[in-house]
Amino acid sequence: MNARRAGTQPAFTLEQLLAAKEIVVFCGSGGVGKTSVAAAAALGATMHLGGKVLVLTIDPARRLATALGLEGLGNRAHRVPPEVLKAAGIEARGELWAAMLDTKQSWDDLVLMHAPDEVTAYRILENRLYHDLTARFVQSHDYIAMERLFEIHASGEYDLIVIDTPPTRNAIDFLDAPARMADFFGSRLLRWLTLPYRVGGKRGSRVFNVASRPFYQMADRILGSQFLQDIAEFFLNFQSMYSGFVSRAKAVERLLHDKRTTFAVVTTLEAAPLYEAERFCAALVDRDFHLGALVLNKTLPDSLRDPDGAAAAGACIDEAGPLADALVETGDPALADRDRTARVLRTVGESYRNFSVVAMREAELRAELARVPDVVASVPTLADDVSDVDGLASISRYLFHGEAT
Amino acid sequence: MNGPAPALLDRRLLLFTGKGGVGKSTMAAATALLASSIGKRVLLVEVDAKGDIPAQFEHSPVGFTPREIHPGVLAMAMDTEASLQEYLRLNLRVPVIGRIGPLARVLDFVATAAPGVKEILTIGKIVWEVREAIEGRADFDLVVVDAAATGHIVAQLGAADTIRELVDVGPLRTQTQWLSELLADPAVTAVNVVTTPEEMPVAETIELVDQLRREVNVPLGTVVVNRVLPELFTRGDEETFDALREPQTGDLLTARLGRGATDVLDAARLAVSMRRTGATHLEHLRRSVDLPLLYVPYLFVRAHGLRVTRMVADALGAELGL
Repeated sequence: MNARRAGTQPAFTLEQLLAAKEIVVFCGSGGVGKTSVAAAAALGATMHLGGKVLVLTIDPARRLATALGLEGLGNRAHRVPPEVLKAAGIEARGELWAAMLDTKQSWDDLVLMHAPDEVTAYRILENRLYHDLTARFVQSHDYIAMERLFEIHASGEYDLIVIDTPPTRNAIDFLDAPARMADFFGSRLLRWLTLPYRVGGKRGSRVFNVASRPFYQMADRILGSQFLQDIAEFFLNFQSMYSGFVSRAKAVERLLHDKRTTFAVVTTLEAAPLYEAERFCAALVDRDFHLGALVLNKTLPDSLRDPDGAAAAGACIDEAGPLADALVETGDPALADRDRTARVLRTVGESYRNFSVVAMREAELRAELARVPDVVASVPTLADDVSDVDGLASISRYLFHGEAT
Repeated sequence: MNGPAPALLDRRLLLFTGKGGVGKSTMAAATALLASSIGKRVLLVEVDAKGDIPAQFEHSPVGFTPREIHPGVLAMAMDTEASLQEYLRLNLRVPVIGRIGPLARVLDFVATAAPGVKEILTIGKIVWEVREAIEGRADFDLVVVDAAATGHIVAQLGAADTIRELVDVGPLRTQTQWLSELLADPAVTAVNVVTTPEEMPVAETIELVDQLRREVNVPLGTVVVNRVLPELFTRGDEETFDALREPQTGDLLTARLGRGATDVLDAARLAVSMRRTGATHLEHLRRSVDLPLLYVPYLFVRAHGLRVTRMVADALGAELGL
């Protein structure tokens, strides 16, 4: 039941994909296990393909972060100690490195890189709006994750970079983040808003032009003029980084479209995440990104759809009494109480039937998937949470060898 | 704290937040259905406008204008641009269109540049509807919100205070005052956090509850734990179950039940392990959060739609002692 039958080996495997690509972006809606799957894929690559592999993770569960030794590291990458892997019985051919994303630090670095001079850089970094903007601007995490990816890739330090994406409300958002960032800094509106401050000569004295006057009157009434002036000043400073920022955002976008980059969509077989995953696969293809793999995570075992299992479950319920009688004969003290044994048998049968319905629903949803990439991997529901290298190793076995599906 | 907290459904504004994917929309929809079943009229507000809410009542999508999607349940989808238009029309008596250019782009810009603007337009509209209800001008008694996810809810609830910190004068300042007061009133408002018995959702719930207490002045209601797997066995039963999995017993069962016997026992084993892992996280939640916990069982038969909304409403009703 376990190993795959000979001859059914698919032509494309995740191993092959990871061997060919330099960047794998794992994406999907919240709660599907992206982070664990990404870390497991990186671990698998370290084991089977060798080289220097980095997993860049956005928001790992605390115990997983601890397991990878990531706590308190900020943006710095560090190597998962070979002893940790060895302790989990893993013979790694290569090196596994891990890093988290510190959004604030990454933004600060970016400002320091692009500002024309230090004075401007610090004027931006100290602006009260800067913090709010980088912390709350919904796309700022998305963009900065891709920006970090670019930075790391450009360093040429790794053979393979595996990244999991930030939890966005809409998984598609981050694909547009670099383009949106470029648009934002180049927008006419931004220029329009800061215009009166620029032509006014000295900062703070506004010269209205006819076109913008109603807007300012409106904005003044709602927001107060001081506030508006703060905003304008902030963006005046920010605009000094315009060309650096935009060319960078464009470079990030080119990298995501590069042949060396691929996307892997992670989902569970529940209706809502699956719907998101399908839309996401379609969006990737529409936008000319490379859709490399679909990972179905936390699937229920196929044995729940086995007719023999269903028959046995039915018999457990219908013949619980006679079965319990027969089991008393075994002499096992835990089976001496006939009524208890019968009750347990019925519960076991009912439980199988319950999960069987879910498993059938999963199978049907999977069959209905319209557009799937060449590589499809399934990772079953594991009895325990994945919170250590052992757990990652078992996920990676399913990812790489399709165990037990 | 002024006396005991009023019963959940007697309040005027119930917000449901939580990590993505835990079932916020289902809980909001089920709460609305439950409230309507005890004779209240409810306005159900979908903040992220994914169209999930009407689907939970087998209804087609709704817009910014509330529509009755089920007897006693009205629904609307939040739209910050429409909210801004309404605000300008009601408060500033400004003939909007044509004077400030393409409103969507202006809003987009201001909302991006000025922290809290999009949030205030969302929470402002919601609390405005709550005030209409309290003052008897609305045709509903209770507002239930399928609110923003964990990452965004604090900014939304704190938007009024943020604005007052940034804006020194002007109508926005005075108009956010009553908003903050209603949000802070435990007789009116309760924020409920939806979670599941899994590591990340529980960790996020604990952090969120802590953050809400520290950063915003909005009363907390309950934590709703969704998809709780049933406890299959008592301790004694479990010994019996383990005995069933002994090799010699296994042979007997295979002889009587056929080849599928192992599948059935394995499935029960998996169910027990999953339940046990979940129980560890729930224990952690109980120890870390001093709010009433409501449990909603995992539903095996159906995954979505009005049928599920009903089942969840019944489960919530039982938990609330209705």
